[in-house]
Amino acid sequence: MLTQEEVSRYSRHLIMPEVGVDGQEKLKAAKVLLIGTGGLGAPVAMYLAAAGVGTIGLVDFDVVDVSNLQRQVIHGTKDIGKKKIDSAEETMRDINPLIKIVKHEVALTSENALAIMCNYDIIADGTDNFPTRFLINDACVMLNKPNVYASIFRFEGQATIFAAEGGPCYRCLYPEPPPPGLVPSCAEGGVLGILPGVVGLIQATEVVKLILGAGEPLIGRLMLYDALAMRFRELKLRKNPECICSTGNVTLIDYDQFCGIQKPEPPPVVGEISPTEVKTMIETRQDFILIDVREPHEFQIGRIPTSNLIPLGELPKRIPDLDPAAHYVVHCKMGGRSAKGCDALRAAGFKRVFNMTGGITAWSEQVDPTVPKY
Amino acid sequence: MAKILIPTPLRQFAEKNNSVAVDATTVGEALASLTTQFPDLRKNLFNDEGKLRSFVNVYVNDEDIRYLQKDATAVGDGDTISIVPSIAGGRC
Repeated sequence: MLTQEEVSRYSRHLIMPEVGVDGQEKLKAAKVLLIGTGGLGAPVAMYLAAAGVGTIGLVDFDVVDVSNLQRQVIHGTKDIGKKKIDSAEETMRDINPLIKIVKHEVALTSENALAIMCNYDIIADGTDNFPTRFLINDACVMLNKPNVYASIFRFEGQATIFAAEGGPCYRCLYPEPPPPGLVPSCAEGGVLGILPGVVGLIQATEVVKLILGAGEPLIGRLMLYDALAMRFRELKLRKNPECICSTGNVTLIDYDQFCGIQKPEPPPVVGEISPTEVKTMIETRQDFILIDVREPHEFQIGRIPTSNLIPLGELPKRIPDLDPAAHYVVHCKMGGRSAKGCDALRAAGFKRVFNMTGGITAWSEQVDPTVPKY
Repeated sequence: MAKILIPTPLRQFAEKNNSVAVDATTVGEALASLTTQFPDLRKNLFNDEGKLRSFVNVYVNDEDIRYLQKDATAVGDGDTISIVPSIAGGRC
Protein backbone atom coordinates (compact mmCIF):
# COMPACT_ATOMS: atom_id res chain seq x y z
CA MET A 1 0.00 0.00 0.00
CA LEU A 2 1.21 3.46 -0.85
CA THR A 3 1.04 6.15 1.81
CA GLN A 4 -0.49 9.52 1.10
CA GLU A 5 3.01 10.98 1.02
CA GLU A 6 4.03 8.40 -1.57
CA VAL A 7 0.99 9.06 -3.69
CA SER A 8 1.93 12.74 -3.84
CA ARG A 9 5.58 12.06 -4.52
CA TYR A 10 5.00 9.52 -7.27
CA SER A 11 1.95 11.10 -8.87
CA ARG A 12 3.58 11.42 -12.31
CA HIS A 13 4.06 7.65 -12.25
CA LEU A 14 0.61 6.91 -10.89
CA ILE A 15 -1.22 8.71 -13.67
CA MET A 16 0.54 6.60 -16.32
CA PRO A 17 -1.28 3.34 -16.99
CA GLU A 18 2.06 1.56 -17.64
CA VAL A 19 3.05 2.20 -14.02
CA GLY A 20 0.00 3.16 -11.99
CA VAL A 21 -0.50 2.22 -8.36
CA ASP A 22 0.31 -1.42 -9.04
CA GLY A 23 3.59 -0.55 -10.71
CA GLN A 24 4.55 1.89 -8.01
CA GLU A 25 3.89 -0.77 -5.39
CA LYS A 26 6.14 -3.13 -7.35
CA LEU A 27 8.85 -0.48 -7.32
CA LYS A 28 8.37 -0.03 -3.59
CA ALA A 29 8.66 -3.75 -2.96
CA ALA A 30 11.72 -4.16 -5.21
CA LYS A 31 15.22 -4.74 -3.90
CA VAL A 32 18.02 -3.68 -6.23
CA LEU A 33 21.74 -4.03 -5.56
CA LEU A 34 24.06 -1.50 -7.19
CA ILE A 35 27.63 -2.72 -7.31
CA GLY A 36 29.87 0.32 -7.63
CA THR A 37 28.81 3.88 -6.86
CA GLY A 38 31.03 5.54 -9.44
CA GLY A 39 30.32 6.79 -12.92
CA LEU A 40 27.54 4.32 -13.72
CA GLY A 41 26.33 3.77 -10.16
CA ALA A 42 25.81 7.50 -9.58
CA PRO A 43 22.98 8.12 -12.04
CA VAL A 44 21.48 4.68 -11.44
CA ALA A 45 21.34 5.26 -7.68
CA MET A 46 19.92 8.76 -7.98
CA TYR A 47 17.18 7.88 -10.45
CA LEU A 48 16.19 4.61 -8.80
CA ALA A 49 15.95 6.46 -5.48
CA ALA A 50 13.82 9.13 -7.10
CA ALA A 51 11.63 6.54 -8.80
CA GLY A 52 10.82 4.97 -5.45
CA VAL A 53 12.65 1.64 -5.64
CA GLY A 54 11.97 0.53 -2.08
CA THR A 55 15.29 -1.05 -1.15
CA ILE A 56 18.57 -0.08 -2.77
CA GLY A 57 21.80 -1.77 -1.73
CA LEU A 58 25.13 -0.12 -2.45
CA VAL A 59 28.46 -1.93 -2.67
CA ASP A 60 31.61 0.18 -2.67
CA PHE A 61 34.74 0.53 -0.56
CA ASP A 62 36.27 3.59 -2.19
CA VAL A 63 36.43 7.20 -1.04
CA VAL A 64 35.50 10.23 -3.10
CA ASP A 65 38.43 11.77 -4.95
CA VAL A 66 38.38 15.14 -6.68
CA SER A 67 39.00 13.40 -10.04
CA ASN A 68 35.71 11.48 -9.62
CA LEU A 69 33.58 14.62 -9.69
CA GLN A 70 33.89 15.09 -13.46
CA ARG A 71 31.25 12.35 -13.85
CA GLN A 72 30.15 10.86 -10.51
CA VAL A 73 27.37 13.34 -9.95
CA ILE A 74 26.05 11.66 -6.81
CA HIS A 75 29.13 13.01 -5.00
CA GLY A 76 29.97 16.68 -4.54
CA THR A 77 32.99 18.77 -3.72
CA LYS A 78 32.06 18.70 -0.04
CA ASP A 79 32.28 14.89 -0.15
CA ILE A 80 35.95 14.65 -1.14
CA GLY A 81 37.60 12.17 1.21
CA LYS A 82 34.26 10.71 2.33
CA LYS A 83 33.30 7.08 1.77
CA LYS A 84 31.43 6.83 -1.51
CA ILE A 85 28.60 4.81 0.00
CA ASP A 86 28.09 7.44 2.71
CA SER A 87 28.18 10.26 0.22
CA ALA A 88 25.84 8.37 -2.13
CA GLU A 89 23.43 7.58 0.70
CA GLU A 90 23.28 11.23 1.71
CA THR A 91 22.37 12.34 -1.81
CA MET A 92 19.80 9.57 -2.22
CA ARG A 93 18.18 10.37 1.13
CA ASP A 94 17.93 13.99 0.11
CA ILE A 95 16.25 12.95 -3.14
CA ASN A 96 13.95 10.45 -1.45
CA PRO A 97 13.80 9.84 2.30
CA LEU A 98 11.06 7.22 1.90
CA ILE A 99 13.28 4.43 0.58
CA LYS A 100 15.57 2.03 2.40
CA ILE A 101 19.30 2.18 1.62
CA VAL A 102 21.55 -0.71 2.61
CA LYS A 103 25.27 -0.06 2.60
CA HIS A 104 27.82 -2.80 1.99
CA GLU A 105 31.24 -1.28 2.53
CA VAL A 106 33.24 -4.12 1.05
CA ALA A 107 34.99 -5.19 -2.10
CA LEU A 108 32.82 -7.88 -3.64
CA THR A 109 34.66 -11.22 -3.45
CA SER A 110 33.94 -14.87 -4.14
CA GLU A 111 33.53 -15.27 -0.39
CA ASN A 112 30.91 -12.57 0.22
CA ALA A 113 29.16 -12.20 -3.16
CA LEU A 114 26.41 -14.79 -2.73
CA ALA A 115 25.56 -13.71 0.81
CA ILE A 116 25.19 -10.08 -0.26
CA MET A 117 23.50 -10.64 -3.62
CA CYS A 118 20.95 -13.19 -2.45
CA ASN A 119 19.02 -10.46 -0.60
CA TYR A 120 18.16 -8.62 -3.81
CA ASP A 121 15.91 -9.19 -6.84
CA ILE A 122 18.03 -7.41 -9.44
CA ILE A 123 21.75 -6.70 -9.62
CA ALA A 124 23.17 -3.69 -11.49
CA ASP A 125 26.84 -4.04 -12.38
CA GLY A 126 28.56 -0.68 -12.39
CA THR A 127 32.05 -1.89 -11.62
CA ASP A 128 35.27 -1.08 -13.41
CA ASN A 129 37.28 -4.27 -13.71
CA PHE A 130 37.09 -7.68 -15.33
CA PRO A 131 37.52 -9.88 -12.23
CA THR A 132 34.51 -8.30 -10.52
CA ARG A 133 32.43 -8.39 -13.69
CA PHE A 134 33.02 -12.13 -14.11
CA LEU A 135 32.33 -12.64 -10.40
CA ILE A 136 29.02 -10.75 -10.60
CA ASN A 137 28.02 -12.67 -13.71
CA ASP A 138 28.79 -16.07 -12.22
CA ALA A 139 27.05 -15.23 -8.95
CA CYS A 140 23.98 -13.98 -10.86
CA VAL A 141 23.92 -17.23 -12.86
CA MET A 142 24.14 -19.24 -9.63
CA LEU A 143 21.46 -17.20 -7.88
CA ASN A 144 19.29 -16.91 -10.99
CA LYS A 145 19.10 -13.14 -10.74
CA PRO A 146 19.21 -10.70 -13.65
CA ASN A 147 22.40 -8.67 -14.03
CA VAL A 148 21.68 -5.30 -15.57
CA TYR A 149 25.03 -4.59 -17.12
CA ALA A 150 26.79 -1.57 -18.54
CA SER A 151 30.36 -0.62 -19.24
CA ILE A 152 32.01 2.45 -20.66
CA PHE A 153 35.20 3.54 -22.34
CA ARG A 154 36.04 7.04 -23.54
CA PHE A 155 33.06 7.84 -25.78
CA GLU A 156 31.53 4.43 -26.00
CA GLY A 157 29.22 2.36 -23.86
CA GLN A 158 27.76 -1.13 -23.83
CA ALA A 159 24.60 -2.18 -22.03
CA THR A 160 22.50 -5.32 -21.77
CA ILE A 161 20.82 -7.62 -19.27
CA PHE A 162 22.70 -10.81 -18.51
CA ALA A 163 21.57 -13.95 -16.70
CA ALA A 164 17.86 -13.23 -17.07
CA GLU A 165 15.61 -16.27 -17.32
CA GLY A 166 16.42 -17.97 -20.63
CA GLY A 167 18.83 -15.22 -21.69
CA PRO A 168 22.56 -15.19 -22.27
CA CYS A 169 25.15 -14.36 -19.64
CA TYR A 170 28.36 -12.34 -19.77
CA ARG A 171 30.37 -15.47 -20.53
CA CYS A 172 28.15 -16.23 -23.53
CA LEU A 173 29.42 -12.93 -24.93
CA TYR A 174 32.99 -13.11 -23.63
CA PRO A 175 34.07 -16.54 -22.37
CA GLU A 176 37.37 -15.18 -21.10
CA PRO A 177 38.79 -11.87 -19.98
CA PRO A 178 41.50 -10.09 -21.91
CA PRO A 179 45.00 -10.58 -20.58
CA PRO A 180 46.07 -7.66 -18.38
CA GLY A 181 47.45 -4.74 -20.31
CA LEU A 182 45.83 -5.50 -23.63
CA VAL A 183 42.66 -3.53 -23.02
CA PRO A 184 43.25 -0.10 -21.54
CA SER A 185 41.31 0.66 -18.36
CA CYS A 186 39.14 3.70 -17.88
CA ALA A 187 41.77 5.20 -15.62
CA GLU A 188 44.32 4.86 -18.42
CA GLY A 189 42.04 5.58 -21.35
CA GLY A 190 39.84 8.26 -19.87
CA VAL A 191 36.10 8.65 -20.14
CA LEU A 192 33.87 11.47 -21.30
CA GLY A 193 32.21 12.67 -18.11
CA ILE A 194 28.73 12.67 -19.60
CA LEU A 195 28.99 9.15 -20.99
CA PRO A 196 28.25 7.22 -17.77
CA GLY A 197 25.20 9.42 -17.31
CA VAL A 198 23.70 8.27 -20.60
CA VAL A 199 24.76 4.64 -20.24
CA GLY A 200 23.91 4.45 -16.52
CA LEU A 201 20.40 5.66 -17.28
CA ILE A 202 19.99 2.90 -19.85
CA GLN A 203 20.80 0.60 -16.93
CA ALA A 204 18.34 2.36 -14.64
CA THR A 205 15.67 2.20 -17.34
CA GLU A 206 16.13 -1.54 -17.71
CA VAL A 207 16.01 -2.04 -13.94
CA VAL A 208 12.71 -0.20 -13.73
CA LYS A 209 11.30 -2.11 -16.72
CA LEU A 210 12.27 -5.44 -15.16
CA ILE A 211 10.52 -4.46 -11.93
CA LEU A 212 7.40 -3.30 -13.72
CA GLY A 213 7.45 -6.16 -16.21
CA ALA A 214 6.90 -3.49 -18.85
CA GLY A 215 8.10 -3.17 -22.41
CA GLU A 216 10.85 -5.16 -24.07
CA PRO A 217 13.74 -5.78 -21.74
CA LEU A 218 17.28 -5.50 -23.14
CA ILE A 219 17.76 -9.27 -22.96
CA GLY A 220 19.59 -11.00 -25.81
CA ARG A 221 20.55 -7.65 -27.23
CA LEU A 222 23.75 -5.68 -26.70
CA MET A 223 23.22 -1.95 -26.94
CA LEU A 224 26.25 -0.05 -28.17
CA TYR A 225 26.33 3.69 -27.76
CA ASP A 226 28.85 5.94 -29.48
CA ALA A 227 28.64 9.44 -28.06
CA LEU A 228 30.85 10.99 -30.74
CA ALA A 229 28.73 9.67 -33.56
CA MET A 230 25.59 9.99 -31.36
CA ARG A 231 24.55 6.61 -32.60
CA PHE A 232 22.97 3.63 -30.89
CA ARG A 233 23.46 0.20 -32.40
CA GLU A 234 22.04 -3.09 -31.33
CA LEU A 235 23.68 -6.50 -31.72
CA LYS A 236 22.14 -9.90 -31.10
CA LEU A 237 23.32 -11.82 -28.05
CA ARG A 238 22.74 -15.52 -28.04
CA LYS A 239 22.82 -17.98 -25.21
CA ASN A 240 25.80 -20.24 -25.81
CA PRO A 241 24.77 -23.86 -25.19
CA GLU A 242 28.32 -24.66 -24.06
CA CYS A 243 28.41 -21.78 -21.59
CA ILE A 244 28.32 -22.32 -17.83
CA CYS A 245 24.91 -20.69 -17.73
CA SER A 246 23.58 -23.50 -19.94
CA THR A 247 25.53 -26.40 -18.45
CA GLY A 248 24.99 -25.26 -14.87
CA ASN A 249 28.63 -26.01 -14.17
CA VAL A 250 29.34 -22.82 -12.27
CA THR A 251 31.29 -22.14 -9.10
CA LEU A 252 32.88 -18.96 -7.84
CA ILE A 253 36.62 -19.00 -8.46
CA ASP A 254 39.68 -16.83 -7.89
CA TYR A 255 38.80 -14.11 -10.39
CA ASP A 256 42.06 -12.21 -10.09
CA GLN A 257 43.88 -15.34 -11.11
CA PHE A 258 41.32 -15.98 -13.88
CA CYS A 259 42.01 -12.51 -15.24
CA GLY A 260 45.77 -13.01 -15.01
CA ILE A 261 46.23 -10.43 -12.31
CA GLN A 262 49.41 -11.10 -10.37
CA LYS A 263 49.06 -10.98 -6.65
CA PRO A 264 51.81 -9.08 -4.87
CA GLU A 265 54.52 -11.38 -3.54
CA PRO A 266 53.59 -12.56 -0.08
CA PRO A 267 55.75 -10.95 2.58
CA PRO A 268 58.48 -13.14 4.02
CA VAL A 269 57.15 -15.39 6.72
CA VAL A 270 58.19 -13.92 10.02
CA GLY A 271 57.73 -16.86 12.22
CA GLU A 272 58.65 -18.69 15.30
CA ILE A 273 58.38 -22.37 15.96
CA SER A 274 58.48 -24.32 19.23
CA PRO A 275 60.91 -27.15 19.98
CA THR A 276 58.07 -29.66 20.10
CA GLU A 277 56.93 -28.63 16.63
CA VAL A 278 60.50 -29.05 15.38
CA LYS A 279 60.57 -32.52 16.97
CA THR A 280 57.41 -33.43 15.05
CA MET A 281 58.91 -32.10 11.85
CA ILE A 282 61.99 -34.29 12.35
CA GLU A 283 59.93 -37.36 13.22
CA THR A 284 57.63 -36.93 10.25
CA ARG A 285 60.67 -36.41 8.02
CA GLN A 286 59.56 -33.02 6.78
CA ASP A 287 61.84 -31.35 4.30
CA PHE A 288 63.61 -28.56 6.15
CA ILE A 289 67.11 -27.47 7.13
CA LEU A 290 67.94 -27.02 10.80
CA ILE A 291 70.72 -24.51 11.38
CA ASP A 292 72.51 -24.15 14.71
CA VAL A 293 74.12 -20.71 14.86
CA ARG A 294 76.04 -21.30 18.11
CA GLU A 295 79.82 -21.58 18.37
CA PRO A 296 81.60 -24.93 17.78
CA HIS A 297 82.37 -25.38 21.43
CA GLU A 298 78.72 -25.03 22.38
CA PHE A 299 77.82 -27.47 19.63
CA GLN A 300 80.11 -30.01 21.30
CA ILE A 301 78.22 -29.70 24.59
CA GLY A 302 75.01 -30.87 23.07
CA ARG A 303 73.16 -30.68 19.80
CA ILE A 304 70.07 -31.70 17.92
CA PRO A 305 71.09 -34.65 15.72
CA THR A 306 69.90 -33.29 12.39
CA SER A 307 71.33 -29.80 12.88
CA ASN A 308 73.97 -28.08 10.75
CA LEU A 309 76.45 -25.86 12.53
CA ILE A 310 76.91 -22.40 11.02
CA PRO A 311 78.07 -19.99 13.70
CA LEU A 312 76.26 -16.65 13.48
CA GLY A 313 79.47 -14.82 12.56
CA GLU A 314 79.99 -17.09 9.58
CA LEU A 315 76.39 -17.05 8.38
CA PRO A 316 76.66 -14.04 6.00
CA LYS A 317 79.42 -15.62 3.94
CA ARG A 318 77.67 -18.99 3.92
CA ILE A 319 74.36 -17.56 2.63
CA PRO A 320 75.33 -17.83 -1.07
CA ASP A 321 75.69 -21.60 -0.58
CA LEU A 322 72.16 -21.94 0.81
CA ASP A 323 68.97 -22.46 -1.21
CA PRO A 324 66.75 -19.41 -0.70
CA ALA A 325 63.63 -21.43 -1.51
CA ALA A 326 64.23 -24.04 1.18
CA HIS A 327 62.51 -24.18 4.55
CA TYR A 328 64.79 -23.24 7.47
CA VAL A 329 64.61 -23.56 11.23
CA VAL A 330 67.33 -21.68 13.08
CA HIS A 331 68.29 -22.15 16.71
CA CYS A 332 70.96 -21.14 19.23
CA LYS A 333 71.19 -21.48 23.00
CA MET A 334 68.24 -19.30 24.06
CA GLY A 335 66.79 -17.84 20.85
CA GLY A 336 68.52 -14.44 20.68
CA ARG A 337 71.32 -15.18 18.25
CA SER A 338 69.08 -17.32 16.08
CA ALA A 339 66.64 -14.40 15.77
CA LYS A 340 69.52 -12.38 14.28
CA GLY A 341 70.37 -15.33 12.05
CA CYS A 342 66.74 -15.41 10.82
CA ASP A 343 66.88 -11.70 10.09
CA ALA A 344 70.05 -12.18 8.03
CA LEU A 345 68.47 -14.97 6.00
CA ARG A 346 65.26 -13.00 5.41
CA ALA A 347 67.27 -9.93 4.43
CA ALA A 348 68.92 -12.13 1.80
CA GLY A 349 65.48 -12.92 0.36
CA PHE A 350 64.83 -16.25 2.08
CA LYS A 351 61.08 -16.65 2.46
CA ARG A 352 60.56 -19.57 4.82
CA VAL A 353 62.69 -18.97 7.89
CA PHE A 354 61.62 -19.88 11.43
CA ASN A 355 63.27 -19.20 14.75
CA MET A 356 63.08 -22.03 17.28
CA THR A 357 61.89 -20.41 20.47
CA GLY A 358 63.98 -20.83 23.60
CA GLY A 359 66.89 -22.43 21.76
CA ILE A 360 68.53 -25.68 22.75
CA THR A 361 67.74 -24.92 26.37
CA ALA A 362 64.03 -25.20 25.63
CA TRP A 363 64.74 -28.28 23.50
CA SER A 364 66.33 -29.90 26.54
CA GLU A 365 63.37 -28.96 28.73
CA GLN A 366 60.58 -29.83 26.31
CA VAL A 367 61.89 -32.54 24.01
CA ASP A 368 65.12 -34.28 24.98
CA PRO A 369 66.40 -33.98 28.57
CA THR A 370 69.54 -35.94 27.61
CA VAL A 371 70.79 -32.80 25.86
CA PRO A 372 72.60 -30.97 28.63
CA LYS A 373 71.70 -27.45 29.59
CA TYR A 374 74.67 -25.20 30.06
CA MET B 1 33.30 -3.06 -50.16
CA ALA B 2 32.34 -4.00 -46.62
CA LYS B 3 32.76 -1.57 -43.78
CA ILE B 4 34.62 -2.54 -40.61
CA LEU B 5 33.78 -0.48 -37.53
CA ILE B 6 36.75 -0.06 -35.22
CA PRO B 7 35.77 0.29 -31.54
CA THR B 8 37.21 3.09 -29.45
CA PRO B 9 39.80 1.02 -27.54
CA LEU B 10 41.32 -0.28 -30.79
CA ARG B 11 41.37 2.95 -32.76
CA GLN B 12 44.81 3.78 -31.41
CA PHE B 13 46.10 0.76 -33.32
CA ALA B 14 44.32 1.75 -36.54
CA GLU B 15 45.64 5.27 -37.03
CA LYS B 16 42.56 6.54 -35.17
CA ASN B 17 40.16 5.39 -37.87
CA ASN B 18 36.68 4.60 -36.63
CA SER B 19 35.80 2.72 -39.77
CA VAL B 20 37.73 1.14 -42.58
CA ALA B 21 36.40 -0.05 -45.95
CA VAL B 22 37.82 -3.35 -47.15
CA ASP B 23 37.50 -5.37 -50.29
CA ALA B 24 36.65 -8.88 -49.11
CA THR B 25 34.19 -11.70 -49.63
CA THR B 26 34.44 -13.25 -46.15
CA VAL B 27 34.96 -12.00 -42.61
CA GLY B 28 38.32 -13.79 -42.52
CA GLU B 29 39.50 -11.93 -45.61
CA ALA B 30 38.20 -8.66 -44.28
CA LEU B 31 40.08 -9.00 -40.99
CA ALA B 32 43.23 -10.15 -42.81
CA SER B 33 43.04 -7.08 -45.01
CA LEU B 34 42.49 -4.89 -41.95
CA THR B 35 45.47 -6.29 -40.04
CA THR B 36 47.67 -6.03 -43.12
CA GLN B 37 46.79 -2.37 -43.32
CA PHE B 38 47.23 -1.90 -39.55
CA PRO B 39 49.66 -4.55 -38.27
CA ASP B 40 49.42 -3.24 -34.67
CA LEU B 41 45.83 -4.45 -34.55
CA ARG B 42 46.86 -8.06 -35.06
CA LYS B 43 47.90 -8.88 -31.51
CA ASN B 44 44.74 -7.25 -30.20
CA LEU B 45 42.49 -9.31 -32.42
CA PHE B 46 44.28 -12.65 -32.74
CA ASN B 47 46.14 -14.92 -30.36
CA ASP B 48 49.48 -16.56 -31.14
CA GLU B 49 47.70 -19.34 -33.02
CA GLY B 50 45.99 -16.81 -35.24
CA LYS B 51 42.57 -17.41 -33.66
CA LEU B 52 40.27 -14.56 -32.83
CA ARG B 53 40.75 -13.71 -29.16
CA SER B 54 37.94 -14.78 -26.86
CA PHE B 55 37.39 -11.27 -25.51
CA VAL B 56 36.80 -9.94 -29.01
CA ASN B 57 33.59 -10.64 -30.85
CA VAL B 58 32.94 -9.97 -34.49
CA TYR B 59 29.53 -9.22 -35.88
CA VAL B 60 28.27 -9.00 -39.42
CA ASN B 61 25.49 -6.47 -39.24
CA ASP B 62 23.75 -7.48 -35.98
CA GLU B 63 24.73 -11.16 -35.88
CA ASP B 64 27.67 -12.73 -34.07
CA ILE B 65 29.86 -14.65 -36.56
CA ARG B 66 30.17 -17.49 -34.03
CA TYR B 67 26.54 -18.24 -34.93
CA LEU B 68 27.08 -17.74 -38.66
CA GLN B 69 29.98 -19.34 -40.55
CA LYS B 70 32.66 -17.77 -38.36
CA ASP B 71 35.64 -16.61 -40.49
CA ALA B 72 33.96 -17.95 -43.59
CA THR B 73 30.87 -15.79 -43.13
CA ALA B 74 30.20 -14.05 -46.43
CA VAL B 75 30.29 -10.29 -46.61
CA GLY B 76 29.51 -7.97 -49.44
CA ASP B 77 28.68 -4.41 -50.37
CA GLY B 78 26.76 -2.64 -47.67
CA ASP B 79 27.60 -5.11 -44.92
CA THR B 80 28.95 -3.74 -41.68
CA ILE B 81 31.48 -5.75 -39.70
CA SER B 82 31.66 -4.73 -36.04
CA ILE B 83 34.53 -5.57 -33.76
CA VAL B 84 33.22 -5.64 -30.19
CA PRO B 85 35.88 -6.08 -27.53
CA SER B 86 35.04 -6.39 -23.86
CA ILE B 87 35.42 -3.20 -21.91
CA ALA B 88 35.19 -3.04 -18.16
CA GLY B 89 34.94 0.62 -17.20
CA GLY B 90 32.19 1.91 -15.01
CA ARG B 91 33.08 2.58 -11.41
CA CYS B 92 36.21 4.54 -12.24
